[in-house]
Formats: sequence, C-alpha cells, structure tokens
Amino acid sequence: MLRLSVEQLDAIHRHASRDYPAECCGVLLGQDAGEVKHVTEVAPLANLRHDTARAQEFMPLEDPRRESERNRYLIDPREQLRVEKDARTRGLTVLGYYHSHPDHPPRPSEYDREHAWPWYSYLIVAVDHGIAGDSRSWVLSEDGSVFQLEQLDVTNVVSHAQVSRTGKPNPAQ
Amino acid sequence: MAVRVMIPTPLRQYAGKQESVQIEAGTVGEALSGLTAQYADLRRHLYNDEGKIRSFVNVYLNDEDIRYLSKEQTPVKENDVLSIVPSIAGGAPSLNAVNRSILRCICS
Repeated sequence: MLRLSVEQLDAIHRHASRDYPAECCGVLLGQDAGEVKHVTEVAPLANLRHDTARAQEFMPLEDPRRESERNRYLIDPREQLRVEKDARTRGLTVLGYYHSHPDHPPRPSEYDREHAWPWYSYLIVAVDHGIAGDSRSWVLSEDGSVFQLEQLDVTNVVSHAQVSRTGKPNPAQ
Repeated sequence: MAVRVMIPTPLRQYAGKQESVQIEAGTVGEALSGLTAQYADLRRHLYNDEGKIRSFVNVYLNDEDIRYLSKEQTPVKENDVLSIVPSIAGGAPSLNAVNRSILRCICS
C-alpha cells in the first residue's frame, strides 16, 4: 500500500497540470514499513525529454516523430543520484516515482512496463485537457511481466484524523 | 581495495536487503562482477544476455557517470563509492499504439 497525504497528492496534481501537455515526473520519498510505503515528501523533477540531445544519450527514442516529452518522461540519473544521497542523509528512502499521462488514463503503457523496476511504486496521474484527475499507483510484478494495481491510501494530515480513502483515486479537484 | 557499492531500493531484495555492499576490486567491472558473484539474483537486473551492463542501469563512481570515464575498466580506489542508479523512464501510449488500438476497435 502507498500512503500519502491529500496535500502531497495535490502537489503532484498541480505539477501535472502545470506541465501539461508535457508529461511531468517526480520522486516519492519516505519510509518503507513493509506492508505500507509511507510517503513523507514528494519532489518534482525535470523531464529530461525536454532536453532532446541529453535524453538521447541515455535512452534513445525508437521513433522521435511519435515520441516526445508529451508522451515520454525520463529522469536525469545525475538528479536521481543527488536525490538518493540527500534522502539517505535524512533517513528517507526512495519509495517510487510519479509521472503524468496527458489525455490518457492512469494505466501503465507497455513502454512504462518495459522500463519499470520491481518494488518501486509508480504513481500515474491522468491529465484531461490540462486538468489532473484520476491517479493510480502500480507496482511491477516480480517477473516483470505485468503491473499490479497498488492500494492508494490518501490521508488527511491537516486534521491528523488519518481520514482514509483507501483504494479510491484522489479527491475531486 | 574495498569499494562500497550502493544498492538502489528495488534491487536490495536481491542483495540480502542491504543498502550497500563492500567489495574488493581494482576496477568498476570487477566490483560489479564481484557483487553479482556474491548475489547471483542481481545479475539479470544489471547485465543483459550478452554480459554487458544493461542500458537501463547507470553506474556512478563517486559523482561521475562511468560512461564518461573508462566504463567498466575505470580503476577504483580504496573507499570509493560506486552507485547503481536505475533509469527511470516511461510515458503514455505512443500515438502509434493508440492508433493501433483505435484500429482494433474499428475493425472488431
């Protein structure tokens, strides 16, 4: 289960809307408590697909006519290294990453699956004509063959009431 | 010489759940092969079928990408830190895939 607050999900949605029609991406940091991954911080990261030359160095696109920052994201590994180091010094773990699907449902594509790692949570936000909405979290199966839906537990930390909308997508914007 | 290899969270389950592993090695390549000799399950995640480091795997020696050093032949020093950084990439279905699915709907 991936647990994060309404505020954190709102921050991700604002990022997704702001970057529309391009895909956005970012990192989910927190504590791994076994059954529950508890997100304590979300941090936006740049989509390296905006920097075509550098992105091609790391992960060339098969068909640049059909693939761009509008339907692809890539995180600069230098940024990841920086984030990993910073998280470690603060006792946090990289729990997963988020990205948006502009004008597509929050379901992983085949391209998502081919590039995914086990264990990480992949939170996907659908952005419909610039408005972020449905959000789902996915974890790759052990053998890498399929993504499995991960329960999303959105808590209300403002009231500390731990109001849970377990398994439901985000609240209305 | 002992170097510390940092293991990213998705791969820790294949490395005795450790955050880092100390390996005796003279080069980056030796450190990684030493690591996978100790933890065989890591191998398929780090290397492709031809025995090369997978393109989805980035390796940093301290703060430098080994692609811009001497790759696996890069020498390592005592107390160097080798970080395995998994590529994070993805995206919505490409237009091609969408068109194919629309065609399937139309044709079925």
